[in-house]
Amino acid sequence: MLALIGIVIVVVGFAAGINPLLVVVTAALASGLLAGLAPLDVVAALGKAFNQNRFVSVVWIILPVVGLLERYGLQARARDLVGRLKRSSPGGILTGYMLARQITAALGLNALGGHPQMVRPLIAPMAEAAAERMRPDVDAPLKETIRANAAASDNMGAFFGEDIFIAFGSILLIKAVLKSGGVEVSPLALSAWAAPTAILAFVVHAVRMARLDRRLRRLKGASGPAVEADPDGAAP
Amino acid sequence: MIPVGAVYALAGLMFAGVAVLEALDRAQPRRFLRAAFWGAFAASFLFGDLWGDRANGLLLIAMVLIAGLGGFKRAPGQASDVDARSSAPSDQPLGAAWRIFAPALAVPLVTLAGALLLGKASVGGVPLIDPKQATPISLGLGVLSALTLAYAVLRPRPLEPLQAARGIIDAVGWAALLPQTLAALGAVFALAGVGHVVGDLLARVLPLDNRFAVVCAFTGGMALFTIIMGNAFAAFPVMAAAIGLPLIVRRFGGDPAVMGAVGMLSGFCGTLVTPMAANFNMVPAALLELKDRYGVIKAQAPSAAALLAANTLILYFFCFRR
Repeated sequence: MLALIGIVIVVVGFAAGINPLLVVVTAALASGLLAGLAPLDVVAALGKAFNQNRFVSVVWIILPVVGLLERYGLQARARDLVGRLKRSSPGGILTGYMLARQITAALGLNALGGHPQMVRPLIAPMAEAAAERMRPDVDAPLKETIRANAAASDNMGAFFGEDIFIAFGSILLIKAVLKSGGVEVSPLALSAWAAPTAILAFVVHAVRMARLDRRLRRLKGASGPAVEADPDGAAP
Repeated sequence: MIPVGAVYALAGLMFAGVAVLEALDRAQPRRFLRAAFWGAFAASFLFGDLWGDRANGLLLIAMVLIAGLGGFKRAPGQASDVDARSSAPSDQPLGAAWRIFAPALAVPLVTLAGALLLGKASVGGVPLIDPKQATPISLGLGVLSALTLAYAVLRPRPLEPLQAARGIIDAVGWAALLPQTLAALGAVFALAGVGHVVGDLLARVLPLDNRFAVVCAFTGGMALFTIIMGNAFAAFPVMAAAIGLPLIVRRFGGDPAVMGAVGMLSGFCGTLVTPMAANFNMVPAALLELKDRYGVIKAQAPSAAALLAANTLILYFFCFRR
């Protein structure tokens, strides 16, 4: 039972709003100590795991590219693109992005999306620009909600798409775990049984994005003529 | 053969450059603390394999102390650059301006091509790149080709990419280190046997004779344990051994393929709502400069709850058809 102290530290630490890095490393050190390791051995175990997981942080090497392109107006260009689409709405853009992400991930093309690569430089500015085009008076909290949903669209699409691809890690892991328990399953059956949830995930997200659009259209205290001339947000 | 160490060296050089820029910036509050943080990150990438595990552990603890002691606190009144950036006019002719999409798309396309093609390519029996690390190496190649393209098309000053990178990584701050640190925590948890304890605990308190209760315990347990561990891959072996195989498959005769697939997806519902899945939930909040650190989680929570309920019903109605 002492092994669970790490979980308690994580839960309490996150709930108390303490710096997550501090919480996580404290939890790791406490778990190791209570599992009977010597202090320096715990530090070494943590250091070894940290070093072996450097590939997780490799994604940051994209920042010079993303940052440079943003300086030269990538986000502005993404906004221009939206300005030319007559019927665009944030919900529509995010639903479309999720669908594309889900289909490509199901085909094993997981590298085609991601938060630093696509969401920050392209998808979030496009969704925000669409919202501004529909309602020039859109307020900052709603814009923030739209940006958060841009990230959510990437996650939802990736999670509930990649599990259909038969060479994806989770299918290989399920197969290996069940095999070690003496049960054989085919990757194809696992892939097929991931499909119903994948379809539902898309439906749920699409409905929520449509409601986001509706919320935008019904904004109170509207200013400017855009509203009267354009109740459906159909034309600029 | 290109080893993954080449990409680590690239990342190390980038963070070393960021550290130097921080240290030279007199306007930056606590500039030396920040420089030390990014410098330590650079050292981990450059020398992590040369010095021992203990040095890496101490390095991590030093970085965490810098972050925890307020190395990244903003000075009052120091605004983020998000507004300035979004309203910045583009001073280029429109035709030329569209060329900017080429380097932007080069990164995912080269990464993808590299991961698909280079992973299997070999010259004279020697693999071209380390096949187990095809994705990070391909990302490195994607970044280098996009940078080359960007230098050719946009003609920035030599250090401009690095300065731009520093602007973003500064906004992300300590959260940049969180995903890797959480992965390390998972390894220490495994060492301490956390999974077995949770599995035993669950197996002891479960009602064994009610099929619906067992299904709920399985999908809910997958989600809950994923929330704690931040990773459905860590939760699945534990929950499959505690509930999936002994109860759903053996006792009630359920289809193992449905149990495995839907069980894993129930875990993904947990991933959507946990700060422990930092690279999906916390890092994007920092990247998009949301005021609410948990904004992405809040946007996902209703979908996650609906899908967890749906998974439970799918498992209950379709797992026991025989």
